[in-house]
Formats: sequence, C-alpha cells, structure tokens
Amino acid sequence: MTTSLDTPRAQSAVPTGGQRLLRPLGETGKYLVLALFSAFFMIPLVWMVSTSLKNAEELPLYPPIWIPDPIRWDNYVTAFVEGSLGGYLWNTVVVTVPSVIGAVLSNALIAYGFARVQWPGRDYVFAIVLATMILPDFVTFIPLYLIFRDLNWLNTYYPLILPIFLGSPFFIFLLRQFLMALPAELTDAAHVDGASELLIFLRIVIPLATPALAVVALFQFIGSWNDYFGPLIYLSDVDKYTISLGIANMESAYGFSNFAWIMAATCMSILPIILLFFFAQRTFIEGIALTGLKG
Amino acid sequence: MTASASSFRFSSSRDRRRLVTGLLFISPWILGFIVFRVYPFLASLYYSFTFYPVLRSPRWLGWDNYVNLFDDPRFLTSLWNSTYYALGAVPLGTVFGILLAMLLNMRVRGLSAFRTIFFLPSITPIVAAAIVWLWMFNPRSGVVNYLLSFVGINGPAWLGDPQWAKAALILMSVWSVGNAVVIYLAALQDVPRELLEASSLDGANTMQKIWNITLPMISPVILFNVIVGLIAAFQFFTQVHVMTDGRGSPADSTLMMSIYLYQSAFEFFKMGYASAQAWILFLIIVVFTMILFRVSGRLVYYGGR
Repeated sequence: MTTSLDTPRAQSAVPTGGQRLLRPLGETGKYLVLALFSAFFMIPLVWMVSTSLKNAEELPLYPPIWIPDPIRWDNYVTAFVEGSLGGYLWNTVVVTVPSVIGAVLSNALIAYGFARVQWPGRDYVFAIVLATMILPDFVTFIPLYLIFRDLNWLNTYYPLILPIFLGSPFFIFLLRQFLMALPAELTDAAHVDGASELLIFLRIVIPLATPALAVVALFQFIGSWNDYFGPLIYLSDVDKYTISLGIANMESAYGFSNFAWIMAATCMSILPIILLFFFAQRTFIEGIALTGLKG
Repeated sequence: MTASASSFRFSSSRDRRRLVTGLLFISPWILGFIVFRVYPFLASLYYSFTFYPVLRSPRWLGWDNYVNLFDDPRFLTSLWNSTYYALGAVPLGTVFGILLAMLLNMRVRGLSAFRTIFFLPSITPIVAAAIVWLWMFNPRSGVVNYLLSFVGINGPAWLGDPQWAKAALILMSVWSVGNAVVIYLAALQDVPRELLEASSLDGANTMQKIWNITLPMISPVILFNVIVGLIAAFQFFTQVHVMTDGRGSPADSTLMMSIYLYQSAFEFFKMGYASAQAWILFLIIVVFTMILFRVSGRLVYYGGR
C-alpha cells in the first residue's frame, strides 16, 4: 500500500561486461530522452504564459516571440474587465466547494459500509459498484438531462453538484482499499465496548483515513474545476458559466487579435490547480499511484 | 474479500443488524445507483427505439434508428474517426507511459522535478490545453511547425487539413500521459529487486530483463491502464468540441462518436437517434473491454498477488 516513491530501487546490481561499456552512452541517452520529453511537456505551458504577456501586434509574428517586449501585465486586467473572468472564477468556486464536501462525505460513508461492516451479500453488491465504472457517461446523459429538465433544474448548479453527494464508484473503490488495510484491532476494542458503527466511523476511522480523504478531495476539486461537459449541457446563461466553459466561450466569441488576454484568462484558470499541486504534491502522487495499483 | 464466506447466512439477529447497518452506510450509493445509473441506462435503451424530438413525448419505432444509423455517412465517419483515434492514442500513450516510467525508475538525478514536469500537463484543465494547442498547431505562426522547421520538416496544416487533423489530436493526447507515468512508476517500484538481481547474475541483458521480468510483473497495471484509456478514448469529446467549435471540422475529419451524439441530441434535438448512438458506443466499449480481458488472459501475470 505504501510505496516510497522517491527511491528508485529496481536496477541491475551487477552489470555485465557489455553493459559496462555501454553505460556512459546509456546515461547520456537517458537524460537526452528525458530532456526532450520535458521540453515537449513544458513548451505548451511556457507558450501559454508567454502569449498571455504579449502585445496584439506580436501575436502573428513568425518566427514566434518567446519573450514579449514590453511585457503586458495589463492583459490580466483585461481578462477580468473584458472577459468577465472574475464571474466565471466565482461560479466555479460555487460549484467546486460543495462538490468537494459532497464527495468526501458520501464516499467516506459508503466505503465504510463496504470495508468495515460485514453484512451478508456485501461483496456481490461491491462487484456491482465496480461494474458501473465502465458505464460511459454518454449512455446516461440524455435521460439525466431530461430528469433535470423535468425538475426545472436546467441552468442551475444542482445537476452539477447533487449527484456527487450520492457517491462515485471510483472514489468508493479507492477509499475501500484504504479502509480495508487498516488493522481490525483499531476498532475491535470499541466494538467490544458496545460503541455504534457510526461512532466508530466518526471517532476512529475518519481521523485515520484523512490521507485518503485528502486524495478524494483533491481529485474531486480538479474534476469539478476542469469539468466542461456538465456545464456545457446544463448551463445556458453566460453569467452562470464556469471557468472551462467561460474560457471556451471567450475563445470562440473574440477573434485572434484578443488572444493575448484570453491566454491570460487561461493561465488564471490553471493557477489554482498548479498551486494546489505544489502544496499537496505527495498526496497527489500517492493518490494517483494508489488508483492504478490494486485491481 | 474476507466476508464472502459468511455471506447469505441470515443465521443470527446480529447478521440482520449488520445488514441494516451496512445498507444504511451505503444508502447514498443505492439511491444514486437507482436514480443516476439504472434508470438512465434503461431509459436510454428505451429511447433508442423511439422517435423522440425533445419537446414531444417518445413514439415507438422499433429498430429504425439503428438501421438508419448504419445508412448515415456521418455516423459511419464518426465510428471510423473514434476508432482511429482510440487505436492511435491508446497504444502510443501506453508505450510512452511505460518508457518514461522506466527511465525515471533508473538512477535519475532530479527525479521529482522530472515527475512534476511530466505530471503537470495531465492536471491542466482540458479546455486550457485545447486552446493552447489549437494555437500551437496554427500552420502559419504556430510553434509546432516552427520547431519542425529546425529539423527541416515543412509541417502540415494540422487541424486545417483533414489528412492531419486526427494525427494532431493523437499527438496532443501524448501530452497528458503523465498520469499513466506516475501509475507505471509506482508499479515498477513494486517489482521485486531480487528477481532482477538474480537474472543479472544469470547473465540476462537489460532488454531480456525488461521483456521477461519487468513487463510481466507490471502487466496487470498495463491492462488496467489500457482499459481505462480505451474507455476514455471512445468518449473523447472536450478537446474536439473546443478546438473545432463543436463541428468536428475540417470536413468531419474530427467528428468523433461523442461529438456527433452531442449534435444529434442538442443541435438536432433527436433524442431517440442520439440514444441509439450512445448504445452503439456502449456496446463498442463493452466488446473492446471483453476482447482485452480475453486476449490478456494469457499475457497478464497475476502471480504473487
């Protein structure tokens, strides 16, 4: 369960003769490939920042300009004034915060029911949870859209938030793995003392599960912050758009000559995610590693 | 899987009490399962057999939607485009994901810096990435063709050229491979070191060790990633919707199944027809997943777990 990610272990201890000769070449090659891929991954992000600081006249130049002169910080102001970036950011917060709370609460409860309460038939029901993971959203979205239409919830945030309060199979799976790994002795004493499952859940298990709950919170934050499809089908007033939809709308509504401040808006949409990543890097990496490992 | 031994024996009142407790804990899931999974699943199956202009009620048609779909050139185009994209992006992402993870798993200075660089694109909002790449692919002033010019390649028009548009999208998909890299890296670190050392002593070279030990040991993780990747690739939507204004242009060359489905539902308001498309998409995903499990039966090594 715990993988120490910063210590690469698996490598050959005893190089053979041929490998010893090839080693310096292999070392250089390794860093060359890593550097090439780093460039591939970084260039779009660098380009985004560079473009967000350009003059309109610099945009179509070829060869492209990497360091704008002068640096136009005011593009970021324009993004707020012209592009109503502030409104989009606020709307996104309004959707994301309750979504994160809902995901943590509901999936913790559900996963506890699957991991630490032994009831008859539990593992068959859990198999159904896993099976729903391959059900594509594209199969269910039309009836869902019609349900929310009949509830008069179109053009509100309810369709984006409420379903999250009913759990998601991926998070249930992830938390269940974590909770099953906690030793039984932790709760045995409380059981003997006659404490209720709810009390054990709240007092003993939740505090211990904080690292896994942080992973859920983080993933849900990114999921809600980045979501495009949900807002696209449910929101129709531009005033209510979330950030992803708002930026896509700027891109199609304003022409090429406005691309500098649109890029400034794009940078601003990524900033919270990047900040979050740097504050919670370990949680991130371990969470991702956890998702792929236990099948 | 510890509880299955005692399953379905309602012997004591304690069992019954546990059942009630368990069901109470999972009750949010039960509600969500019925309202947001089972009902929409069955409803869309029903709609797929109806004529359903969104503002009127559905009228039973039988198989007409399905028959018409296979006479609809745009649907066949979307089927081809999605398959092309999935069979391009998934293997490419798998190969690069494993390759980069293996490189990082060797003694690398600055491992966490590289990992951060590889990982950042995969948490970048898709819309933001799409807008940046849209501009980088610009045939005249874009960065992609500018960089290609250094190695003497006169780059194509990418998203402006029906021949190259899908290739551009596949290239872009490699950009967010970082998620898979992190998963593969964690799997590689679980490969028992003794095995690799023993084979070194037996004179195995690096390629032999990768082929005979490392890849078999991480094969369950590869299977998991390929399945997840394939499901995602067949639902590939946001990038195309943003980069082509929802049209799948040029000349329908990026019209994915998801895009055409969305158009049928929300531009042409044909909910029945769109539901039939959704079900074909679903069946494709199920068939591909089953094939993968079947084919991988002999290739995936589950020993020791």
